[in-house]
Amino acid sequence: MTAPKTLYDKIWDAHVADQSEDGTCLLYIDRHLVHEVTSPQAFEGLRMAHRPVHAPDKTIAVPDHNVPTTPGRENPEQMTEDSRVQVAALDKNAKEFGINYYPVTDVRQGIVHIVGPEQGWTLPGMTVVCGDSHTATHGAFGALAHGIGTSEVEHVLATQTLIQKKSKNMKVEITGKLKPGVTPKDVTLAIIGATGTAGGTGYVIEYTGQVIRDMSMEGRMTVCNMAIEGGARAGLIAPDETTFEYVKGRPHAPKGAAWEQALAYWKTLYTDEGAHFDKVVTLKGEDIEPVVTWGTSPEDVLPISANVPAPEDFTGGKVDAAKRAIEYMGLEVGEKLTDIKIDAVFIGSCTNGRIEDLRAAAEVLKGRKLAPGVRGIVVPGSGLVKAQAEEEGLDKVFTDAGLEWRMAGCSMCLAMNPDQLAPEERCASTSNRNFEGRQGYKGRTHLMSPAMAAAAGVTGHLTDVRELMELEDA
Amino acid sequence: MEKFEKLTGIAAPLPLVNIDTDMIIPKQFLKTIKRSGLGVNLFDEMRYDREGNENPDFVLNKPQYRDTQILVAGDNFGCGSSREHAPWAIADFGIKCVISTSFADIFFNNCFKNGILPIALPQEQVDLLMKDAEKGSNARMTVDLEAQEITTSDGEVIKFEVDAFKKHCLLNGLDDIGLTMEKAGAIKSFEDKMATERPWV
Ligand code: SF4
Repeated sequence: MTAPKTLYDKIWDAHVADQSEDGTCLLYIDRHLVHEVTSPQAFEGLRMAHRPVHAPDKTIAVPDHNVPTTPGRENPEQMTEDSRVQVAALDKNAKEFGINYYPVTDVRQGIVHIVGPEQGWTLPGMTVVCGDSHTATHGAFGALAHGIGTSEVEHVLATQTLIQKKSKNMKVEITGKLKPGVTPKDVTLAIIGATGTAGGTGYVIEYTGQVIRDMSMEGRMTVCNMAIEGGARAGLIAPDETTFEYVKGRPHAPKGAAWEQALAYWKTLYTDEGAHFDKVVTLKGEDIEPVVTWGTSPEDVLPISANVPAPEDFTGGKVDAAKRAIEYMGLEVGEKLTDIKIDAVFIGSCTNGRIEDLRAAAEVLKGRKLAPGVRGIVVPGSGLVKAQAEEEGLDKVFTDAGLEWRMAGCSMCLAMNPDQLAPEERCASTSNRNFEGRQGYKGRTHLMSPAMAAAAGVTGHLTDVRELMELEDA
Repeated sequence: MEKFEKLTGIAAPLPLVNIDTDMIIPKQFLKTIKRSGLGVNLFDEMRYDREGNENPDFVLNKPQYRDTQILVAGDNFGCGSSREHAPWAIADFGIKCVISTSFADIFFNNCFKNGILPIALPQEQVDLLMKDAEKGSNARMTVDLEAQEITTSDGEVIKFEVDAFKKHCLLNGLDDIGLTMEKAGAIKSFEDKMATERPWV
């Protein structure tokens, strides 16, 4: 009998093409996703060495990081010179190396981590890499997915493998049920709040428990997306009926007999009874409140009912970090989080740019308006998400409420395109990073769920969305 | 990576000490999407004036040194930042070997990743090679990596040291990718196995 294995062990073992004496492995890569910012030098390297892309059919490219999100963006005039050059380079590289490509003009274009699952490129049990740290998103399918650097991008393009050493196993279990108004984003932020941004360093996390099982694929992607903010290279969720249901019928999912064969294999992808985890963290679903971040690290998470902490509440290096964060964010120690006024709302990103996220925000915004002086943009994660939302009339809800309805891309998540915060402008954001300057020079970011961001937009300050929900019930 | 076997070519003298990576490639050229194409900006501030005109006194602008493949330089070559743009620029210009008394560590390692052979020699030998390089295009120097020998235009032979593994990689044109490609057989058999076990992938 073989020793019980974790899900991670199983996927890892199924992809080792070669192993050296020191334990370094050559890991086979099933899907390689590529975007315009981290790939140009890698393609250039191939050209210089006269190497082809080893498996162009397993390589998928889409420009997302610095494409404009305003209508008429096919016109390169709308891009800054640096962006234009990078997008043009991807156009050329995709064509010359014969890889799958979704250009800006294609309705299927969008954020690489939304496009991959949507098109059925991401499937259970696969290894998925991309020159982008939020590749962890794809772990929601029970795929081993993580970010890589430019030299590794070139390595995968040339060999379809990666030189890797295995990480340790960590389990994060969320038991029970979530309370109304609490969403997957609150769950993933609460986990980071509990473990810290280094809590997952050196580990691959498997998320388990009833709360995860009850989640939709969209929600699971939101959870895995932020594994990286928790320090883990990858997050995983064992595939189940919800996964298979989502995958079935996608353009690149297996069909017919191949589907049956795949399904039989996917059903073996779970952690065996008694398998060893090097670290285990358990949270009760009932304990999780709607949360927001107050500082400049994703671990600066607090329930919306809390107050801005004092630096002395922390220990070690975190004291100074908190002091700096409070100053950067322009906050008062002890101030109620719900008293913090906002200037902008950003709904989008690979964390929360999927259809369910837009529905959740629209539900709060329906029949309401942004508070005076607050601006807002909604950026769907892909052209298909945008089309679906329009079919459901969500775009109308957003524009009626006074938000701008945009085209797909990363947008204000990292502000590489013109969508940026002004200095000291404060944003209720559904993205994943609240670092200094992330959404624009000196911009201030509070991370939260789409429903919470919408609620903040309506009241003009950070708000417990449940208050607006109760209003609805009354 | 291209194989580095035996190189016979023009050597240019650059008798400056502490040539740093900013001198090799100034930071305004780092926004590029390429590794190639940096050769025209190699030693940019020494090579061109503010208007972009060539400085006729700079060694690489002299007619006899335009096709330089070997650079003989002063102490501590390549100090400064870790930018890989420095060896990219050197390689793109066509220089495959740099000889000095000493090199900055990171730069030294980056050279090997980009097919460039850096050779460190005692002062007297560098002086001798510098003199040979000053003779211009009729004096061709030979660098034989296999034999670990430099032969001057006068036929004088100088031995040099090189790490055995790095030598192996350069001789065979192996970078990380090259090394992995040596395992092409393992990758192929993995793919064959997958074609039957998980054909949908
Ligand atoms: S949406 Fe943000 S986090 Fe996601 S890939 Fe784009 S820039 Fe990265």
